[in-house]
Amino acid sequence: MSTYRVSGKGRVDHNRPVRFTFNGENFEGRQGDTLASALLANGVHLIGRSFKYHRPRGFLSAGSEEPNALVGVNRGVGRAEPNTRATVLEIFDGLNTVSQNHWPSLKRDVGAINDPLYMLFSAGFYYKTFMWPKSFWNKVYEPIIRGAAGLGKSPAVPDPDTYASRYAHCDVLVVGSGPAGLVAALEAGKSGAKVILVDESPEFGGSLLGEPDAEINHLSAWDWLLETNAALAAMKNVTLLNRTTAIGYYHQNFVGLCQRLTDHLSELPDGAPRERLWKVRAKQVVLAQGSIEKPLVFDGNDRPGVMLAGSARVYLNRYGVKVGNLPVVVTSHDSAWLAAFDMAQAGAKVAAIVDIRARVPNYFVKRARALGIETLCGWTISGTKGRHRVTSVRVNPVSAGGHVGPARTIACDALLMSGGWTPSVHLFSHTKGKLDWNDERQMFLPGARTEDSRCAGAGNGKFGLEESLMEGASAGAAAAIDAGFSASAGSYSVEGEVLCIGASNRELPSDGSASWAKAFVDFQNDVTAKDIRLAVREGFKSIEHIKRYTTTGMATDQGKTSNMNGLSIASDAVKRPSPSVGLTTFRPPYTPTTFGAFAGYNRGDLFEVTRKTAIDSWAEEKGAVYEPVSLWRRAWYFSKQGEDMHQAVARECRATRQSLGMFDASTLGKIEIVGPDAAEFMNRMYTNAWTKLAPGRLRYGLLLGEDGFIRDDGVIGRLSTDRFHVTTTTGGAARVLAMMEDYLQTEWPDLKVWLTSTTEQWAVIALNGPNARKLIEPLVEGIDLANEAFPHMSVAEGRICGVPTRLFRVSFTGELGFEVNVPARYGRAVWEALYDAGRKYGITPYGTETMHVLRAEKGYIIVGQDTDGTVTPEDASLAWAIGKTKPDFVGKRSLTRPDMLMADRKQLVGLLTSDPKTVLEEGAQIVLDPNQKVPMKMVGHVTSSYWSETLGRSIALAIVEGGRAKEGQTVHVPMPDKTHSAEIVGMVFVDPENKRLNV
Amino acid sequence: MLLIRCPYCETERPEVEFVYAGEAHVARPVDPAALTDDEWKNFLFIRSNARGTHFERWRHMHGCGRFFNAVRDTVSDQFAMTYKAGMPRPTENEIKEARS
Repeated sequence: MSTYRVSGKGRVDHNRPVRFTFNGENFEGRQGDTLASALLANGVHLIGRSFKYHRPRGFLSAGSEEPNALVGVNRGVGRAEPNTRATVLEIFDGLNTVSQNHWPSLKRDVGAINDPLYMLFSAGFYYKTFMWPKSFWNKVYEPIIRGAAGLGKSPAVPDPDTYASRYAHCDVLVVGSGPAGLVAALEAGKSGAKVILVDESPEFGGSLLGEPDAEINHLSAWDWLLETNAALAAMKNVTLLNRTTAIGYYHQNFVGLCQRLTDHLSELPDGAPRERLWKVRAKQVVLAQGSIEKPLVFDGNDRPGVMLAGSARVYLNRYGVKVGNLPVVVTSHDSAWLAAFDMAQAGAKVAAIVDIRARVPNYFVKRARALGIETLCGWTISGTKGRHRVTSVRVNPVSAGGHVGPARTIACDALLMSGGWTPSVHLFSHTKGKLDWNDERQMFLPGARTEDSRCAGAGNGKFGLEESLMEGASAGAAAAIDAGFSASAGSYSVEGEVLCIGASNRELPSDGSASWAKAFVDFQNDVTAKDIRLAVREGFKSIEHIKRYTTTGMATDQGKTSNMNGLSIASDAVKRPSPSVGLTTFRPPYTPTTFGAFAGYNRGDLFEVTRKTAIDSWAEEKGAVYEPVSLWRRAWYFSKQGEDMHQAVARECRATRQSLGMFDASTLGKIEIVGPDAAEFMNRMYTNAWTKLAPGRLRYGLLLGEDGFIRDDGVIGRLSTDRFHVTTTTGGAARVLAMMEDYLQTEWPDLKVWLTSTTEQWAVIALNGPNARKLIEPLVEGIDLANEAFPHMSVAEGRICGVPTRLFRVSFTGELGFEVNVPARYGRAVWEALYDAGRKYGITPYGTETMHVLRAEKGYIIVGQDTDGTVTPEDASLAWAIGKTKPDFVGKRSLTRPDMLMADRKQLVGLLTSDPKTVLEEGAQIVLDPNQKVPMKMVGHVTSSYWSETLGRSIALAIVEGGRAKEGQTVHVPMPDKTHSAEIVGMVFVDPENKRLNV
Repeated sequence: MLLIRCPYCETERPEVEFVYAGEAHVARPVDPAALTDDEWKNFLFIRSNARGTHFERWRHMHGCGRFFNAVRDTVSDQFAMTYKAGMPRPTENEIKEARS
């Protein structure tokens, strides 16, 4: 086995080997390893290539903040996931991983040509380089940039996994299971409060997992951890969620959690969801997110083998892996010294500890010397060497006056760095909680809160273990008390704790040229200190602008390791203090989250509701082709014997005009308006006059918005003086009812009217064609169907096929027509009865396409297709539907606003193409002069366009500026193939005298 | 996701049960015909667009279906109070009291 695994050390199971592959090569790790720790145990540091320069990169961290170590995981078809952080990816037998962003291979990458061209790719280089010539943008620049953009390969097939989601409520939600979070949960749990504790890691313990030597309450850290975890597990009121990330913190203590359920398993259990999104509403929240170590900024700080010191310590103590046998430590913070000591004690030869600070607490220096480690305090690091792994570092003494002395080279196989620690305030920032700048400590700390939340531990600047435990305990107890429980925090003591402090830095001093230094701030987006200073020189002063110009902090890691370094360099460059330069906004999710988790159950058939009519199943059996209309699926056309759509629609149109067609109109919105003031309410809502409409009569109703534009229309029947049966467009039903409710509840609460949606209570069968009456006459009871007794636009209640009906005589085709309303449960039975009885007339079911053609032939508009929210009744030639003598109705006042009366308003007209075979494209633009220069003046567009089987030619409706006055003129319609000409005509193409209706 | 108190149901419910319905206390003129074009334009289009305290209408769409009024801070998104449709605009003191 490799020389980097320290047997017996760490929390991995040394007796359980795990076999996995990386780039096709077989490796062995231990149960409990991450991909990172397992590869490091095998001496592998080179894990990927950087985004812009394709520089070889290694593991920077040991946690979810990792910017470099992104890999692809392949678990079979559809289960390929790019950009997984190797530092949190748990290995299992058979795990198959690949590195990213290189070609042909990780070790030999053609894209690395970008690295020596470094000077070309500085901040804002996209904006500077791809400006001209303008014509290059579409064909040359954009395709190249798109090809180079992005990391990893997204899978091309649907995700076979399922994702769960659930709501939860609790008294206290604790985020983070480090020392502060654990005791917060423990103290809150003891009070009896309902507690949820979450941590992104598979194991609870946080920083304690990497610090076995600490002593808490006279127990070793790991024994204390064992005891505390057991105590929590024994509490029925505490829910423990490991492998769960708190991704976002929203209003009123609403927190999103993403729980990973199967990614760590070698065998995927059948039917188990891969992830579960928890939507938690907590009375109180304790944020114990911990802290993230800052890298140091110096030339070559990104080579494989250069790693955060605290992370090296985690690899050693938690995973039993030495990240090198000959490490150098470079730091400005005491904590890295502890990493050096641990490494030395595990058998590594620590070549040197380089501390930027001239003065380091004696305790550390003494201990280093006792371990035989050379210490260089007041030194800097000015470079590194090594192609696929660091082989040496270049260090220089810095005089008190800041002079950088001659360099010395130290050989090494790993470089452990620390620039201090940054409290993780991400979730606190999601709540718009205020961040206070602490100048002495050079960090932002949580300030005034906006939610019922508390921050505790390192995330609140309490880096000491004891102070962290104490703060966690009191936060947990206080949260329980605020949630209505009684609690008092227990006490926690830590033996012989050494408090670590440090100094903050920008780019480290160097004897080299700053303009050639590749001193990385943002590793994932390849942003250097030089880029940030360049952005400031070019005029960017706000951190939000600097961020977007340089892309620092904009990668998938969202700048977890880079934001503070970026800010302090930017603040130095603009010569303003950090707090006035500001911190960029943290936004959810905390770490990358799958789309699957957000989608949850709402995919495929469950993506949204499919509404089906009572007759839908019949249409399905007959092989109807469907189209979606709002949430409904509607039969589009019924194809017979291999007909294409055009043939089927032509047949359906012919049959309806010549004999008899039937159509499922059940999706029409229906609202029952009842009450003594029903007619008054109708008068106020609709443009038409309703007072004189006699019971038993129908009227076309037009509904405007208060702005005077057409909102909806439909045929409305008066059943008795106090009862109207209103129909609306299919898509407008809910909107119209909401609008009516609004006026009724808030403007006219004095009216005695009740509104009820009856859309789904009625099945509606539209029968159209010269034989419509002949079909239903023998089947109807209680209604005289003679033309004189039951003329066009009548309604009556009676029975059909033995069931109750509201029978409308109405037509949306221009033919003799009836709409048979029956209670929905009889819909299919009545439909079938009518279909059987209609066979002798060649009854033909038709779909929405034929309905559209037939209505367009008659110039009947479809609101939302022929109108677009800017069309007045006058524009649509519907002024006849306005009750001119009514004092008021919704939208009336707007109809006399000056803009509504202009002569050049766009008006609905008919169009006939010069070539009768040409069917214009709906949405095509209309111009008056086809020879004018581009961009042409567009005077309108085609709203409806069909092949009219009845006329044997194409027809179209269009809105055209001043259209009605242009009747007889020729307009032009540029389409991809050619520019077509058409004549403006009236809107009614078939039977303008309505002879076919009134028979 | 916000929690909103429906003044009719007298219960706090999640935001998904509600729909926003524009600024409150914009009463439709009793006799629109009597208004000048300018006055009508102001009623139709001009809204306060407040930064801070905002009076607005909501509907408990997937609950009781009633329209009601609310006072919300447009910066913090926090609701100070909700009240029934038709009730007068709360005073500054009433809002302050509700917030505390």
